[in-house]
This record gives sequence, structure tokens and C-alpha cells, in this order.
Amino acid sequence: MSVETDIVGAVHTKVRHDSARGHVTGQAQYIDDMPLLPGTLEVVLVTSPHPHAAIVSIDVAAARAADGVRDVISANGIPGDNNIGPVFDGEPALAEGVVDYVGAPVVAIAADSYDQARAAAALVKIDYEVRPAVLDIEQALEQELYTYPPQFMTIGDPDAAITKAQHRIDGEVRCGGQDHFYLESHIAMAVPGEFGDLQVYCSTQHPSEVQHGVAHVLGVPTNEVTVEVRRMGGAFGGKESQPSIFAAIAALLADRTGQPVKLRLRRDDDMVITGKRHDFLFRYDVGFDPDGRIEGVDILMGMRSGNVADLSPGVLARALCHADNCYYLPNARLRGYPCKTNTVSNTAFRGFGGPQGMLVIETVIEHIARTLGRAVDEIRAVNYYSTDDRNVTPYQQRVTDNIILPIVDRLRSEIDFDGLSSAIDEFNGANQTLKKGIALMPVKFGISFNTPKLNQAGALVHVYTDGSVHLNHGGTEMGQGLFTKVAQVVASVFQIDLDNIKISSTRTDKVPNTSATAASAGSDLNGMAAFNATNTIKARMVEVAANHFSASVDSIEFRQNRVYAGNESLSFTELAQLTWDERVSLSATGFYSTPGLSWDAKSMIGNPFYYYTYGAAVSEVVIDTLTGESRVLRTDILQDCGNSLNPAIDLGQIEGAFVQGQGWLTSEELVWDDAGRLLTHGPSTYKIPGSRDVPPIFNVHILEDAPNREATIFHSKAVGEPPLMLALSVWLAIRDAVSRVTGHRHLPNLDAPATPEAILMAVDDIKRRDSQTPSPAKV
Amino acid sequence: MDKNVDISLSVNGQEVSRRVPARTNLVDFVRYELELTGSHVGCEHGVCGACTIRVNGAIVRGCLMLAAQADGATVETIEGVSESSEISDLQAAFHERNALQCGFCTPGFLLTAQELLSQNPSPSRDEIREFISGNYCRCTGYQAIVDAIERVAGERRQAAE
Repeated sequence: MSVETDIVGAVHTKVRHDSARGHVTGQAQYIDDMPLLPGTLEVVLVTSPHPHAAIVSIDVAAARAADGVRDVISANGIPGDNNIGPVFDGEPALAEGVVDYVGAPVVAIAADSYDQARAAAALVKIDYEVRPAVLDIEQALEQELYTYPPQFMTIGDPDAAITKAQHRIDGEVRCGGQDHFYLESHIAMAVPGEFGDLQVYCSTQHPSEVQHGVAHVLGVPTNEVTVEVRRMGGAFGGKESQPSIFAAIAALLADRTGQPVKLRLRRDDDMVITGKRHDFLFRYDVGFDPDGRIEGVDILMGMRSGNVADLSPGVLARALCHADNCYYLPNARLRGYPCKTNTVSNTAFRGFGGPQGMLVIETVIEHIARTLGRAVDEIRAVNYYSTDDRNVTPYQQRVTDNIILPIVDRLRSEIDFDGLSSAIDEFNGANQTLKKGIALMPVKFGISFNTPKLNQAGALVHVYTDGSVHLNHGGTEMGQGLFTKVAQVVASVFQIDLDNIKISSTRTDKVPNTSATAASAGSDLNGMAAFNATNTIKARMVEVAANHFSASVDSIEFRQNRVYAGNESLSFTELAQLTWDERVSLSATGFYSTPGLSWDAKSMIGNPFYYYTYGAAVSEVVIDTLTGESRVLRTDILQDCGNSLNPAIDLGQIEGAFVQGQGWLTSEELVWDDAGRLLTHGPSTYKIPGSRDVPPIFNVHILEDAPNREATIFHSKAVGEPPLMLALSVWLAIRDAVSRVTGHRHLPNLDAPATPEAILMAVDDIKRRDSQTPSPAKV
Repeated sequence: MDKNVDISLSVNGQEVSRRVPARTNLVDFVRYELELTGSHVGCEHGVCGACTIRVNGAIVRGCLMLAAQADGATVETIEGVSESSEISDLQAAFHERNALQCGFCTPGFLLTAQELLSQNPSPSRDEIREFISGNYCRCTGYQAIVDAIERVAGERRQAAE
């Protein structure tokens, strides 16, 4: 796959986002911007006020009689199967018999206006019989309440290795969840067509799943439902499984009333009703040698799954598959428990368990360092995967493309890590209240859906007789620039300028049976499917050109918007017309499935990843030991993107993912009260990073001359999720600052998110421990 | 239930008269009544800035101001300032630097940036960060947005010299 760059918009060039002009003028249309068809109804959901209760009775008579109300439904109004579960059956769109989290939709009201629906919602009377609720991970672990059976991954003999090791430590650490806070909240609009057909516009990363969910709920064949999305106002995993609930309800109301129905969640409702990143409780037991080399490890992962399984099996599998991060664990037992709690279902969120898995092993590495009185990076160095031996993961995939060491070495030397660290010692010596810290974070992230069957994609390409091209594929655009990248692929194959290619909305009637745009794999999968579709058409055009020029097929060359046979040539447009004249098809589908993948979900053994994406970051922070406030002063990043399809877009992905990860680890705290109610259901109480929170010095570099060894699309690498985990450098740097308060003699008691309160308590705690244990080496 | 209010105002240079429910907020009014959908609704309580609109020359939260309060006012939205080319350099810089991904927050950022540059032609990066801190972006991490605004500030200063 060699590529010329003498067209405008080829792969590897810094093409700008295809919708940018629309974004800056306000012309880019989101679903709520679509002109309303006459008679469009709006929906308000009546949700559960209890974390766990039986539904005794539902009285909607008064609501039904209210002004403007056209329809009111609850679960018993569902004609099909009340099931929108993405992995397991039995996950309802509308609660049936029982509610199991605060915010579970019970009744949906469609009215002429949103205000009328809202007013009617207050008239719905639901009698509940409140049941005991399980609200936290420990409670669920104690009671062995899981949404599906626990998942275990074992390699070697961890018990023997831990027992025999010269050093042994154990500990506990937690990380919080995270609300996606996409700026565009969930929205679906269903428009009834003739003979029961339904067109559903939905802000979703997974149109096929929404299509299935709607069809199940309505009890109709899949082919009666078409789901379409041109763009989302952000998604981050939050629009993978969750949109089915709202699309199904809108579709059902549209089907019943015969009118178009729009369901847009207001922000507070969105944050209460929809799922979030999984929070975890980790317990570890580790044996290691005097150099800090890990010999055996046992890690318990208590994961909040919420009320249903949803996508938790995939998230937990990925957490288990990333508890090694970049480190060789010869003997390991990794135990994952999907805790069933009476809180909203936790779901996909950028990183999908990977960030959580890495957080625990980084804590272990730091714990070893503090125990031995060594630098954290020295402990990392003896534990990194090697290239030839010591390269088998706990799930028994061999790491053959390891480049973490050169990345880490280069980053550390370019920023003079040791010099920065010494300067911090000096600063901390001179300042009583403010204390700085610094940390590196290496990342190895496996690319492909953990479940092999999901690693497939389709595309549809048409060439019209004027040489213009229509491009469609199964991927969705949520801002990440996927559509631009895939169009670059098509332009490069045809060797025509990018502006000849029309990018079109994702539709289930154009490319069917798609996977979610997720797992960072959007451009890997859809780029390759479009590549295949384009090459199919190109091969036909080559034949036509060869006949036309009386030349051999091998001599035909597509170059700079023209097609050459030696010195003779046609424009791409002329050849398109000629191909039609010759009655040869100018339309093709393309399909791609990632090669070489295997996974046994029971034994947790296989080769689930096509390759790994690597990166490293160093962050420097300062904390105020009297208030607990923290600031990130500087971050330097070196990120592997293979041969980047689009370095400008990848740069944005790295910067954005890092800051989103920083939010997860510092300011974004989800708080529930004792009654199971989310207290942080708006940006006034839930703090995502603002412009003043990001590092004022923020140097991001993409690793150059590092093509993917695997035959990915133009040897690029996936980039959507991996840089999010680089933000662990911020959390580790805060822990470093706390640890420096007492001369690195102790491991801080600091979970994520490291909010000011948490930092303040950690500082007080470490000082207290230090005063109680004056022995310098004691942890 | 709702009381209605008659309002007359100038929107993007055009005189508009409407009868609106008293509780209609300004952003819903321009979006759903006038079909100017470039101003977006993000959080509905004045934190995210996606609904930023200019009223009588100053930016406001379209979700915190009632349409009735705009009676007699001069209102400008992203559509208006796009058409007048007032912010074409900012738009070009946001485009060029990829200071947008999903684009949902972009119109609000552009209006906020324009207000900053009208008040302070030479903002430092810290001052830019401070001024735009009332607008949320969940995609970019702000780095590209700060870069774009800084660049336009420099270009405008050069042009003024």
C-alpha cells in the first residue's frame, strides 16, 4: 500500500475536520437542529425515585387527560420484547414489575409540547413497595451479588510465587466513575413511514444496536427500522448501548400515534438516567524480588456494574487485559467481580476498563518503589515487557511489537526528567505549604474489540459518471474525525482530491449489521472496509482503462486525478463515464474483518488484540498542603500513532483524551446519597475540566517513523482511547507530591479522583503515619 | 397556564415580532421559533456556555435569559456574525487549528473569543484561559482553542499596526 501525496487530502496529511466549516458557522446539523415535521410530539419520562422497589400500580389516567397529551405508555404497552440488552437479554427499556435504580424510566408521555409532557408527568401516580437496596461495591461483594458470573484470568502459579518471594505487600485502592458529559445530551427522533416503517434519527455510536433494540421493542422485523446519524455532539462511549432506550421509546410512541416523536433528555435527566464509567475497588497481594521485579500478583477487581450487565462483560475483560499495562507478570491471578448494585448501569466510556486496570498495577509499582525506597521508574524498568522473552501477557498473547522502552527513554531524556525531579526537591525544600510532584505514565493499549466477532466493518462506495464519489460506512462521527480519515483513504486509493468525495450519514439501510464505533477501532475497521470497496471499483475501472488504451492492466496507473497508460491518459471523470458506457458497475460494498484474533471468554485466554498502541506522558503538579488544591503545571506526551492517517486530527485526539482522563482522576466526582440518588447531576456540581484546569505547558508529540508492523490501513494505529490513560501521570504526580511531603517514605492513601478533599486527607494521613513511624524505610 | 408576552427585537439585523410564552428562554426562542439552530443547548443552567448569544453587544447565556427580557434588544447569534464576516478570522483559525471536534460548543466559543478580543486585543494565554473558562469543551482539551484565539489576536494586532 504505497501512497502518493500529490493529491489534496491524501492519507498522512493534516486534513481538517470535514464538518469544521459547518461547526464554526453553526450550520452543522445535530438531531435537535432538524426542522420539526408537523405534528411532532415531545416526550418526557417518568422515572423511579427509589433505588429498588416493586411497582405495585401505575395510574396514568390524569396524565392521559392532561392538556396536549397524545399518548402515555409503560412496560405493559410494549408490543414486542421489552429488551434492549447489548450482551445479555432481559434489560428493559421501560421498567417492568420492579425498578432497580433511581432514574429508571417507568412511564413515557408524548405531548404536543415538552412543557405539556412535563406537566402531565407530575400527574402520574406510581405506587411502589420499597425493597432493600445495595448501593456500593463492598456490599455487593459481601453478598456475592453480580450481574453475571465473575471473570478470572490466571497465569503461572501466583500463590506459590507470592509466598516464595522475598518481599510481599498488599493494599487497596479505588477509582471513581465518570459521567461522559457529551455536550449534546441523548436524543432520538422517530418518524413513522408507510406500512409500519420507521425512520429513527438517533445520536448513537451504534446504529445497528439501536435498530435491533427498536425492532425488539416493537416486535417487528429489523428491516422495518432504519436508523440514521450524521454526527453526534460528543459520545465517548456514552452513546454505545444507552441510546437504544430512548430510540425504542420514541419509536414506540411514534408507532402508536402515527406522529413523529422526539425524545431529548434534558441535562439533569441525562446524567441521572444514563450509565457512566465503572468505578472499581481493587485489592492486591504482590510478591517481588529485592530489585522490585514482580514475581507473583493477585488482584481483586470489584467493579460496579450497576443494575444490569449492559456492556460490563467487555469492560471487565478489558480491565483484566490491561492490569499488566507494560509489565511482565509471570504469575498472576486477576479476579473480576461485576458487582450488581441498585445504581444506574455503568457502561462504555473511552478506555473501557483499560484505565482502571492500569490504575491498579501502577499503584502496585509505586507501592513496591516506596517499600524498597527506590524510584518508581527504576521499578518500572525491571518489570517492562522484553521483546524476545518475558513477553507473554496474563491472557497468553505474546507482545511482539513492544516499543515502550524507546518511547519512555526518549521522553525522559528530552524533558530531562531527573533534572525536573531535582528542581522539585529544591522547590519543596524551600516551600512549606506548596509541594510539587512529578510522574511518568507508560501505556500499552490493546487494539481490537476483546470479543473477536465485533471486529468487522462494512462500507459502500459509489462513483458517479461525473467522477464524484459517494462514501458511506458503518462508522459514526462523534467529533473524532473518523469520516475525514476514511474519506482520505478513498481519495488516496482513487488518487483524486478529497473534495470529490461526499461523506454521508451513517444509515443501517446502507451498511447493515455494523459494530459500534468504539474500541478506538473506527478508522482501522471502517477505513479498511472503504479501502476494499474502493479497490473493487478501481479494479473494474482499471480493466475498462486497459481496454480503452489497449494496454495491459498492470500498466494502468491512477495519479493526480487522472488515469495513465504510459503517455496516454484520461481524467478520473472521463474514465468514470467510460466505465458506465461500458456497462460496468461503479458501485461496490467493502468488508473487513480483523485477522488473527481469538478469545475464550471462559478461560480468558487468547489473542484478543491485533496490535498494541504505545505512549508515555510525564506530568508535573503542585499541591497546596493546607487546602488540598492541585494544579497541573506541565505535561509532556510522546504518543505512538503508527503512520498516522491524519496527524492534525490525532493531535486533537491526544490532547482531548488526556484532559478527559485528567478530569476522571482529579475533579470529576460522582456522589450518591444514602437513598441511592445521584447528587452530582449537572455541571454545577459535577466538575469537568475547564480551560484553566489543563496544563499551561502542554507539549504533545506524535512518535515519528513508527509504522504499524501489522497491515492496518496504511500502517496507522488507533488513537481514540490510549492517550486517556496517559492522564494517570497526573494522578501519580499528585501521589508523588503527597509522598514527597514525608520524603517518599510512605505510600499515600489517595484514591481517584484526587479531589482537594481527598488530597488534603491524604496529606494529613501521611504526616500522621510519618510521625508515628519515625523509621525511615517503613511504609 | 403560561402567560404570553409580545416582544419585538432585532435578530441578526432583522426586526422580529412574536408572541411567546413568558417562560420561554432566549436560546429556545432563537432555536425553535426562529430556526437559528447554531446556538446549542448543553446544560440548561448556565454552566457550559454552548448557548452563548450576544445581546446588545455583550454575550449572555441564552438559557438563563428569557426571550421576554430581550424585548427591544439587539440580538446576534452565530448565524448573524457569520454572515457579517465579523469573526471570519476566528472561524478560519478554529478550522485551521482543529479547535473543534464534535463542534457542539464551537459557536459559543467563537462568540466568547470575539468578546475577549474586543475587550483585550493582546491577551496572554492565561488571560485567554481565564476568559473562556465559562465555556466547556469535552473534546479538545482546550489547547487548540487557546492556540486559535492567540493566533487571531496576533493577526489582528498586526493588521491594526
